[in-house]
Order: sequence, then structure tokens, then C-alpha cells
Amino acid sequence: MSKRTVIPFGPQHPVLPEPIHLDLVIEDETVVEAIPSIGYIHRGLEKLVDKNEWPEMVYVIERICGICSFGHGWGYCKTIEGNLGVSVPPRAEYLRTILHELGRMHSHLLWLGCLADGFGFESLFMHSWRLRETVLDLFEETTGGRVIFSICKVGGMRKDIPNEMLKKMEETLRGIEGELHELADVFLDDDTVKSRLVGVGVLTKEEAFELGAVGPMARASGVNNDVRLDGHGVYGEIGFEPCLEETGDSYARCKVRIREVFQSIDLIAKCVSMIPDGDVAIEIKGQNPAGEFVGRIEQPRGEAYYYSKGSGQKFLDRIRVRTPTNANVPPLVKILQGCELADVPILVLTIDPCISCTER
Amino acid sequence: MAGLKIGKMVLGSLFRKPATKMYPIVPAVWKERTRGHIEIEIEDCIFCGICSKKCPTDAITVDRAAKSWAIQRMGCIQCSCCVEVCPKKCLTNMAGYTAPDAQKVTDTFVQPEKEAEPKEE
Ligand code: SF4
Ligand code: SF4
Repeated sequence: MSKRTVIPFGPQHPVLPEPIHLDLVIEDETVVEAIPSIGYIHRGLEKLVDKNEWPEMVYVIERICGICSFGHGWGYCKTIEGNLGVSVPPRAEYLRTILHELGRMHSHLLWLGCLADGFGFESLFMHSWRLRETVLDLFEETTGGRVIFSICKVGGMRKDIPNEMLKKMEETLRGIEGELHELADVFLDDDTVKSRLVGVGVLTKEEAFELGAVGPMARASGVNNDVRLDGHGVYGEIGFEPCLEETGDSYARCKVRIREVFQSIDLIAKCVSMIPDGDVAIEIKGQNPAGEFVGRIEQPRGEAYYYSKGSGQKFLDRIRVRTPTNANVPPLVKILQGCELADVPILVLTIDPCISCTER
Repeated sequence: MAGLKIGKMVLGSLFRKPATKMYPIVPAVWKERTRGHIEIEIEDCIFCGICSKKCPTDAITVDRAAKSWAIQRMGCIQCSCCVEVCPKKCLTNMAGYTAPDAQKVTDTFVQPEKEAEPKEE
């Protein structure tokens, strides 16, 4: 047996946008074991329920993550709405679904850029981010913010998005679809890209299920646990089929995300054509959350859940968020076992890690 | 084939306008809804302090005695919460971010003395 060595990976590493630390036990060039540790950017956002009343808390929860911020706002509103026993008007649900899917495009395009950067394909990285810019502009136009939207509130939406604006959004997205296809072809057909992704870091269906993988990580291994199937938002009405792959390698994870970008455009188009007119918010007066409630949302990275506990006061007792990256760390440790040292950065990227979310 | 695709994209960008903007030389174009900074119509303010109480980041300080309203620009997260709760509707969230600075600036607005209204006889 050759000698084992432990080398540290992170918390500062060129491929890592955020700090996670892995102790890699290696034998020659092969990783035998990876021991993760987190705790570098804990911000204590959940504790701020003691200071902010529940209607204002949504602005804090949104800031858990700068990429899936709309989803976090929605998840929080969903658990409080469940706690209060109110339901939001249909138009608000449609608007939430549209913005959530736009957020998914934003997140996946950002990830594709990071992945390209991870294997050193700089021009691909820049083109992914150039196209993502269009999505950010749409966000700014409709919500007033590029990454933090502050448009979701308990009981509905703070602002309506007029139908013309939604039509324009759809047209703009259809306009970049051609370029997105070109980009997707490079990710999926290019030999150099494929040589880094195909067959690397395979997670079988059984492993994905047992280790509790969520989101594209699970779907790439054929595990169908997409929360959107429960029909949150209007996914039940507009009809939705999750993108599944079977091989469970890095290539499959990349493919699932690329397919989801196009799927998001279609879902947005469907919502725009079906959106009803009407109010976008209900008024909540004199009611405070009492009791417990758990709301679930399919974030771009996977299932996130939001727990709230109130005792009829303006201030909640507890809010707890379990984010998708948290669930995807055990599968990551699994796929790192037996991989080549040079593949570690790409494998860490393929779970789309969001450490700020995980630690909050 | 994919090599040709990326080649086409890369060559295409040679003949395209730059995707990035030359900010701040070329001023940014704000969208109508952009939330950039908070402005106050200090004449209308009644110094009730609701905005400061609701602000999630405690960026606003209201002093009723001195009739002053102050905002810590770097602390404000543009959530527009204050705008929504103000009973006199004297706050607005305008497009355009505040300029970058090396110090954390606090802008203070003091209500000018109102001229004594002539009493009705
Ligand atoms: S809520 Fe409005 S009126 Fe009251 S102190 Fe703030 S700005 Fe002035
Ligand atoms: S916009 Fe939000 S953070 Fe800024 S001053 Fe108003 S309430 Fe405070």
C-alpha cells in the first residue's frame, strides 16, 4: 500500500466562490476520503427574528443567498402564510412562479459559467455570464433589483408586473434562446469539455437516494424528488415534468441544468399565457403567526425547507431554513471517494455549492 | 462541431459592441423600477419615527426634538419598507445608487422652520 497523505482543499481556492474546507486523504493521485468542514461564513440571520417583526423579516431571509434570493423570500412567505392559514391570490402565485423560474435561469447560467471557469474555458465562462446579464436586466426591470428583489411579501406581491412587461420578458428570453442553444452545444458536444465531465464522479441512483441528494444532483442520477411536483406555486396547473438523467456523472448534472434553463423559458411562457388578472396581494391585519409550519420550495439547487414557529406575537419564536447544499454535502463526499485529485475542483462545483446558504 | 460553435461565438464578439458598459464614464441607464436610494420630502415629515422603527437595518434615525431625519446610506438595503409604512408618504425610493465612498456617510435632513401661520381672527 502506498503512503497516505492529507492535503487541505479550501477554504480559499480559485474554483470556490465561497469557503468550504475539505481534508483530502490521498494515496498517490487518488482521493481515498474527503472530510468536509464548514463554518467560515455563519452570519446568524435566523437569530434576527428576535429583532425584526415577521413582516419585515422577509427582507432578511431574502439575503440568505444572492442567487436564489427570490426563492428564499417565497419560501419564507409560504411558511408564514401557512402558519396564518391564508392563501394568496392566483395572479400573485403566477408572478411568483415566473420570477422563481427566472431565478433558476440566473442560477444555472451562473453555475455553467463557474463550471467553464473551473476547467479553464474562459471564453465559455464569459459567454455564459453575458447571457445571464440579460436575465438580470429583466429582473431589474420587473422588480427593481438585480439580485435582491424585495418584491415578495407575506400575502402576495408588493408590486404587480403588468402584462405588457411580462410579454416583453418572454420575447427577450425567446430572443436569447438561439444563443443559449449555441452555448449548450459547446457544453454538451465539445470533446475537451466532455473529457472533463463524462464518467467522472458517478453517483448511482441508490446512493443518491440513500444519501438524500436533492435538486439537479439527484435528478442527474434518476431520482425524481422535485418538489415542484407537489404543485407549489402554479406548477400543478401549468403542467410540469422534471428533467431526469440516468448516468449520474458530472456530465449528467451539467445536462440536467442546461435542460432546466430551456424548461424555465417554456414554463415562463406558459405562465405568461395563462396568468389571470386580479389582485396581487391580500391584506393581513391583526393576525400573528401562532403554531408551527413547514413550507418547501424547489430552489435552483434543490429542495429547501422553511420552518416557522410563532406564539401569536409580532416576533416569531424560531425560523429555520434547510438549504439544498446542506443536503448535497454527503453525496459530494461520496463522489469524491476514489476520484483523481485533479477532478476534485470540478466535482465540488458540480453540486453547485452555496455555502452562504448552508451556514446562513 | 462544437469547436466551430464556440469559434463562431468568440469571433462574433469581435464584431459586436462590448457587452460591458464603460461605467462610470458612460452613465448607467436606470430602469423605471430600480430601487437605488431613499429620498425624503422633509417638509411633509411629521417625525413619527415609524420608518426608523420598521427599518430592518436601523439605517434611519429620527429626532423629533431637533426635527431631523438621518439615513446611513451604506446601511440601507433598499428594501423600501420605510416607503411603505410612512403615514405621510414623504419617502420615495429613487433610481440611481449613491456614489461609492471611503467613509460611511450619513445624510441628515433638517426640517426648515415653518413660517408661523397667520392666526385667523
Ligand atoms: S415615517 Fe414618514 S413621517 Fe414618519 S418619521 Fe419617517 S419619514 Fe417622517
Ligand atoms: S429602504 Fe429599507 S433599509 Fe433602507 S432605509 Fe428604508 S427601510 Fe431602511
